[in-house]
Amino acid sequence: MSIRIDKSKCTGCGACTRVCPGNLLQLVGEKDGKKSSIRCSRDCWGCCSCIKECRFQALQFFLGADIGGHGAVMTFKKSDGLNEWEITLPTGEKKIIAVDPKNANQY
Amino acid sequence: MILKEEIIETDLLIVGGGTAGCYAAHILSGLNPDIRITIAEKANIKRSGCLAAGVNALNAYITEGHVPEDYVAYAAADAEGIVREDLLLSMSRELNGVTHDLESLGLVILKDEDGEYVSRGWRNIKINGENIKPILARAAGGKNVRIINNVNITDLLWTDSENGRTVRGAVGFSVLSQKACKFSSKAVLIATGGASGLYRPNNPGFSRHKMWYPPFNTGAGYAMGIRAGAEMTTFEMRFIALRCKDTIAPTGTIAQGVGAKQLNSRNEIYEQKYGLKTSERLWGTVTENALGNGPCFLKTEGIDGKAENDLYRAYLNMAPSQTLKWVENGTGPAHENVEIEGTEPYIVGGHTASGYWIDDSRRTSIAGLYAAGDVAGGAPQKYVTGALAEAKIAACSINAYLNSLKADNGSAPAEFPVKEADAVIAGYEKHLSLSTPAFSADEIEEAMQKIMDQYAGGISTGYRYSLAGLKIASKKISELIPLSENLKASSTYDLMQIYEIKERLTVCQALIAHLEARKETRWHSFQENADFPDKDEKFEKYVNSRYENGKFRIILRPLIHAGEKYEHQN
Ligand SMILES: Cc1cc2nc3c(=O)[nH]c(=O)nc-3n(C[C@H](O)[C@H](O)[C@H](O)COP(=O)(O)OP(=O)(O)OC[C@H]3O[C@@H](n4cnc5c(N)ncnc54)[C@H](O)[C@@H]3O)c2cc1C
Ligand code: SF4
Ligand code: SF4
Repeated sequence: MSIRIDKSKCTGCGACTRVCPGNLLQLVGEKDGKKSSIRCSRDCWGCCSCIKECRFQALQFFLGADIGGHGAVMTFKKSDGLNEWEITLPTGEKKIIAVDPKNANQY
Repeated sequence: MILKEEIIETDLLIVGGGTAGCYAAHILSGLNPDIRITIAEKANIKRSGCLAAGVNALNAYITEGHVPEDYVAYAAADAEGIVREDLLLSMSRELNGVTHDLESLGLVILKDEDGEYVSRGWRNIKINGENIKPILARAAGGKNVRIINNVNITDLLWTDSENGRTVRGAVGFSVLSQKACKFSSKAVLIATGGASGLYRPNNPGFSRHKMWYPPFNTGAGYAMGIRAGAEMTTFEMRFIALRCKDTIAPTGTIAQGVGAKQLNSRNEIYEQKYGLKTSERLWGTVTENALGNGPCFLKTEGIDGKAENDLYRAYLNMAPSQTLKWVENGTGPAHENVEIEGTEPYIVGGHTASGYWIDDSRRTSIAGLYAAGDVAGGAPQKYVTGALAEAKIAACSINAYLNSLKADNGSAPAEFPVKEADAVIAGYEKHLSLSTPAFSADEIEEAMQKIMDQYAGGISTGYRYSLAGLKIASKKISELIPLSENLKASSTYDLMQIYEIKERLTVCQALIAHLEARKETRWHSFQENADFPDKDEKFEKYVNSRYENGKFRIILRPLIHAGEKYEHQN
């Protein structure tokens, strides 16, 4: 359970670093080349607060192999008012689950 | 001097900007715009604490046809009578009011065609709780509220007089910069949540922080209260959650939402055999596993495709890892039962009754010091709305307290124990200047978790403990304390990790003292004393403690029932 940071997508905006409930994310690097970085992958709670802040889908959430992860990753984006979660399976196949924040859970 | 110093003067300091902390600021700033309120939060209030990922339901709400007294009766029975009925009653009376307030602040609550809330059982309503924390954080931002994020509080400050002990503020440091903060405050509300990470967790390796309770709620509020001599109650009633295997995601959505029963590997529904109280559901699962009937599951096979898709969405709103697991494994709950396991034990006053010993105004045994939410004891089954209810009650009491101080003293500044504050900061600087430590904070944490697991009733012993084991636990934990004093910090982030382990060690010491004192088994699994395997009516009492001269003094107190009024006596 943790997150990976796609440095090619990260713009260094810093939004994710401000919300982690464990202060795990920080910007690292020189002046214009700052990128988000996780202090210790093992310390991540898996709350997904950071990936919800990233407007560039640079943050990928994954399950550790010790808890049944097979290599899939999940990103998040807001689209037409919906919360869109995109899961990329190890085969490259993508699945999108959209959740309407205006609707309550049925269970 | 390594750290810059900042001094912050305020009327009320709220330690921890989580559920209770944010809501207390919201209520008090609405009640009295002249009071200066400061929230000191170790992370950032937008997503900090239990609510970071979202929640799926409001677990405490009184539906049509029921009264607050029903909720008190339910919580008291579930906890085998060891509850403060007075606290539960005043909390239960506020549950619906705070729910309506939450809705007006923007929380989405499921309604039927008549506009009534849709309930899950008689005390539980369905919501979209993904953004519940950002909603509360926004509500906390009144004009007279100063929010200081990324400041980790470690110690309370107080003075003594013939009238007893009075809180005077707190000390902490910035997690992001080389700065120490002294807070001079007329009242303090502790709202730091409970404690996780005391015991070896379910996933001790790479996913060690994939636990149910936030790994960042380390029991700081308990530890600073213990060191300040505040009375604590019922630490021995640990909370052990029954959760989805590996992801440790909540199970209520499946169990109550789609009515899934607990099933063993011999295809038997076993839950009735053990009883349906919170601790019994867990104990049943532990026992089935011990009998060789495990693994155990929630029986979801056969639910329809729509229900499965609704569950995917519900989990994304509170525990996204579970949905990822289902999708990634290619087997959703419609085709595969959901395996369940018990977590490591936590200390959480919002689920069980551990925490500060408070009166009905939510004042602790120290004047000016109040507690609300998971850090406050006596009232289990609090959940989100109970934490809000307590925050509201505390905010009203603090308003009255500050008004009475003003009537007595005008706006004279409160006393501030400078020497004690400086000593705390000197402690920070010691860690920041050490050069050759023997161990790292991580290593001490692992040692602590192993000791607690093996000798104080962790997962590996099926949660049972013996007095002989506790003796060893007590000795070994106290041996770790001097080691924790010699940990080296290169940054204030490291310093936070050092204080987290120190807090946990203090909480472990209190917990061991409480487990030892309850010479019976009051709750299966939560407090299963192998030397006294039965319930004993002699222990229809609260086990309380005060830390005095380096030792825990145990105080057994008689039960307080609804309608009775408890007042602190110094
Ligand atoms: C995963 C999970 C799911 C849950 N689901 C539900 C649900 O569906 N329905 C329901 O009703 N209840 C649910 N609960 C219970 C409910 O969320 C909690 O009981 C409640 O939110 C506790 O509020 P609190 O204010 O006591 O703690 P928190 O909201 O955790 O606040 C504590 C705050 O203190 C801060 N803090 C800690 N130490 C320090 C320090 N040293 N200095 C400064 N700040 C500090 C923390 O960062 C945090 O912001 C759930 C709990 C969890 C953990
Ligand atoms: S929010 Fe995204 S783009 Fe911004 S710093 Fe974080 S990872 Fe980089
Ligand atoms: S998932 Fe949560 S705990 Fe992990 S890095 Fe992101 S914000 Fe922090």
